[in-house]
Amino acid sequence: MPNLEHPAYPAADLLHLESLVPCRESQVSMLLSIFGERQQFSFPSIFIYGHTSSGKTYVMQTLLTTLQLPHVFVNCVEYFTSRLLLEEILIQLQSSSSDTEQTCPVHCDTLNDFVRLFKQAVASRELQDQTLYIVLDRAEQLREMEANILPAFLRLQELTDRNVTVVLLSEIVWELFRPNVGCFEPFTMYFPDYSIGHLQKILSQNHPPEYSADFYSAYINILLGVFYMVCRDLKELRHLAALNFAKYCEPVVRGEANERDTRKLWKNIEPHLKKAMQTVYLREISSSQWERLQHDGGEPGQLKGLSAHTHVELPYYSKFLLIAAYLASYNPVRTDKRFFLKHHGKIRKTNFMKKHEKTSNHLLGPKPFPLDRLLAILYSIVDSRVAPTANIFSQITSLVTLQLLSMVGQNDQLDGPRYKCTVSLDFIRAIAR
Amino acid sequence: QIQEDLNKQLLDNLLSFLSRSHSEFQEKTTEWTCRMKFREIPTAALVLGVNVTDHDLTFRGLSDVLQDNITPYIALLEAKDCPGIKNLMQKLMGQLMHCDIDVDSLEDEDCVPVSHNRIRCSMSSLTSWYEGVTKKTDSETPSKKRNSSSRHWQSPPVVVIFKDMESFTTKVLQDFIVISSQHIHELPLVLIFGIATSPMIIHRLLPHSVSSLLCIELFQSLSCKEHLSTIIDKLLLTSRFPFKLGGKVLQVLINIFLYHDFSVQNFIKGFQLCIVEHFYSQPLSVLCCQLVDVKKRVYSLSHDQCENIRRLPSFRRYVEKQESGKQIELLTNDSFLKEETEKLLKDLHVYHENYVSILRCLHVFTSSLPKYPLGKQIRELHCACLENRVWETEEYESSLQLARMLNKTDLVTMLQQCVEILMSSSGKEFDKTVEKLKEFLTQFQNLEAEASQERDVSVSSQKELQKKTDLYHLQKTLLELKESRRSKKLTKFEMLRFEVVDYIDSLVRKYLVPADNRTLHEIVYFNAATVLRGHLNAAPRTALHTALNNPHWYLKNQALKCDGGGISNKAPDICIVYKLHLECGRLINLVDWLEAFSTVVMAAEEPNADAASSDQVDDIIHARFIRAVSELELLGFIKPSKQKTDHVARLTWGGC
Repeated sequence: MPNLEHPAYPAADLLHLESLVPCRESQVSMLLSIFGERQQFSFPSIFIYGHTSSGKTYVMQTLLTTLQLPHVFVNCVEYFTSRLLLEEILIQLQSSSSDTEQTCPVHCDTLNDFVRLFKQAVASRELQDQTLYIVLDRAEQLREMEANILPAFLRLQELTDRNVTVVLLSEIVWELFRPNVGCFEPFTMYFPDYSIGHLQKILSQNHPPEYSADFYSAYINILLGVFYMVCRDLKELRHLAALNFAKYCEPVVRGEANERDTRKLWKNIEPHLKKAMQTVYLREISSSQWERLQHDGGEPGQLKGLSAHTHVELPYYSKFLLIAAYLASYNPVRTDKRFFLKHHGKIRKTNFMKKHEKTSNHLLGPKPFPLDRLLAILYSIVDSRVAPTANIFSQITSLVTLQLLSMVGQNDQLDGPRYKCTVSLDFIRAIAR
Repeated sequence: QIQEDLNKQLLDNLLSFLSRSHSEFQEKTTEWTCRMKFREIPTAALVLGVNVTDHDLTFRGLSDVLQDNITPYIALLEAKDCPGIKNLMQKLMGQLMHCDIDVDSLEDEDCVPVSHNRIRCSMSSLTSWYEGVTKKTDSETPSKKRNSSSRHWQSPPVVVIFKDMESFTTKVLQDFIVISSQHIHELPLVLIFGIATSPMIIHRLLPHSVSSLLCIELFQSLSCKEHLSTIIDKLLLTSRFPFKLGGKVLQVLINIFLYHDFSVQNFIKGFQLCIVEHFYSQPLSVLCCQLVDVKKRVYSLSHDQCENIRRLPSFRRYVEKQESGKQIELLTNDSFLKEETEKLLKDLHVYHENYVSILRCLHVFTSSLPKYPLGKQIRELHCACLENRVWETEEYESSLQLARMLNKTDLVTMLQQCVEILMSSSGKEFDKTVEKLKEFLTQFQNLEAEASQERDVSVSSQKELQKKTDLYHLQKTLLELKESRRSKKLTKFEMLRFEVVDYIDSLVRKYLVPADNRTLHEIVYFNAATVLRGHLNAAPRTALHTALNNPHWYLKNQALKCDGGGISNKAPDICIVYKLHLECGRLINLVDWLEAFSTVVMAAEEPNADAASSDQVDDIIHARFIRAVSELELLGFIKPSKQKTDHVARLTWGGC
């Protein structure tokens, strides 16, 4: 195990840091060597990527706070416009520099302003000698802002002429970021996924105080055995572990088994976990409901999940409209005459063509159709006469708002609106019954 | 006044209904906010059904109740206001900060930060605002505190309601959820999703990484059909409201509900329209009031109104049945007529009371029959009874037949239910009926006792059976047993059953007479179904077609009245152009059209003069034609086509 060593920081801090970030030692030491000493200029921009919950944000945050490096931490999803993002960075800078003096609201609309205000803020903080770190979490959002934001952040050191390093955290690779025009290439760094051993180690680290670490890690072992196949998300696993631990402890609390009796505990918990995988993990039932269920000791059968309520009640004509829309979407126009007219032409000729049509149409997805065709099919599938009343038309629009139909081409209503049917065959089958 | 009264009653009914359906829901809300251990946002998925028009009222009721009981901070978001995350945040903050103003509008200095318009619309400013607000309520004067924190707790949750989940774009929702999950520790947020179709939409809209941030709990509101039944039950099947709907009208309203929109709101609107229409069109509707006022109103009738009464068909029928002396009195003496009218109206009221309770009894019977020959819901039965004599229909026959085959336990429970219904009704005539039914019940119990005795006998005989080993004897006793069972036991029970069914039948014949046969039914029943259909089920395309094809219908000009398929040249230009275009296919040649138009127009004006300039179309006619065509384009019948020059495309189909 590579021990963290760096001349610039006290060994005690480093040791503490190491205990906080298990299984990420190599990355941390790499980062430390890039950062160098406090007053040394670092690399202008660093790009860190890795899969969901591979500890990017956590590692950066703990690293910067434990070593007490000056930093600004911003989530790009939360500050969704460039103005908000830049202002937030400035606000964080100001607030950390002076607590006593109430900060006036900053207005920063452009990058030019930002660079100017940034220089002021840094000057007022008197940390000329230290590197300031700006961490942009979920940096993929930067691509959707103005075109100059990303390149400017990448060479902020150069633009401001201050000791600053920008760290971008993202889940996607740098190649998808690179703008067309030439820009500064950041130092890229990859955080690999945690392996099962890593997960085991991290999860068992924070065991509840009333039980021993061994007991908890045995539990984690069982949990991972069930869930590792479907889920490697650390956060999710931790959540599931917390949810189901009470159940695991039950025999111990009742005195039926002691903490060493792993086999018995396993037998008790395993079906329970499997049930959890089918329900809670998919968010079929909420975790609070799950807890309540555990508490009462009831069967989860009585609680129907979200997907159990698939049946949709529709008014009579809406049903027919939807069926007509489905037919119009999945049948080619030329078969209309054959299907919906009483005295259609020959069927024999088209019989052999039908086979390869059938296979392709559902794979190709719904095709758009004009309103007239929908109504024509509607009239032919409804037995009684239907008057084209305003109610029928308003039902079409309400089906669109319910997202059962979707409008294709947003041009004006007079121009013959075209629709698509977005529901599946199963849904139509359920309705048609 | 009665209308307003009715409407209020109606809305009250609805509101109480809604609050009932949501009361359970709020208890849950309070529970979740306590259990926010994890970084999940507590979320309620409220499945409301497809009747989107009703949702507004539901949400308004919900937010009112929440405001009263749980939290002052409620934001209602609609998809059309939130095309992007920025708009959503703006809207959210606007609503939240505004409702803060509402709570303590007394303090002027609170308004200052809000009027400061350029607030940074971000979650962090929202959080700081929330902190400020909650802190303030803590430090407020005791009098104020009692006011606010007795109703809400120290840190009330912020409820964000998404009215129409389906219409929100995926990205906006995802972003919002991710952002708010970052702040869940500082800001107790509760989301409510209004879902119209099915909860599957959540999984379709949100990827797993986002939905794992939510703690979703599902709530299903009552189906709108049940909602309708309650309303019909409360409004129509009581004798409290003097106003009644005729059979056909009710059928129209229910059909619109079932076939078109499932909207209770629209049903109520239709009902209100009926009330308005009735009081507007029927001069005698003054008499349609509570029983207490009848006397006063009847005696204040003028002579003309008395004449109106005499003109009512049902009253005429009534008069014809009386002996001649009374006939003359009724037709000439106003005060005698008034007395008689009052009596008749009272009769009508009593009839309603009896009608409703007997209808319910009959429903008890028919609703449990297999295949529901008379309908599953009481409203269907009600319609059938209003329409005509229910005992003459085939369905009634078959249901009676089925009722004669009911088993005993069912029959007994039904009878008990009937007794309960009749006991609870206010009618005085039912004492005897109740007696009778109770008598039936005791008879059934006696029967049961007898049956148990008999069973003893049969058990003993079976014991005897076991002793015997002779095959012949065994067969014989078995046969005997069978015989006895079939003949003796069943006949007794069957007789009683027949009696019960016949009795019910007689009740039905006595009380469920259709309202049309009652004298003076016109006063309280609204029967103009066609008028209602015309108002509620508008057919714009048909109306347009009529207007253009047959302008006489709307313009009431004798000259325009045309016969058959001919095109009159006196009609407005647009009508001529419309009729001509009906004869064409999908693409219309403008030149041909103009030619035809000028021929029609010229035909009457100067049949012989046009020979000189037949190939040269008059400028005025040309201009008229162009105007008419552009009017048609405006109406959406044609549009310019790019496929062929000089052609326009038809947007409608079908001939005349």
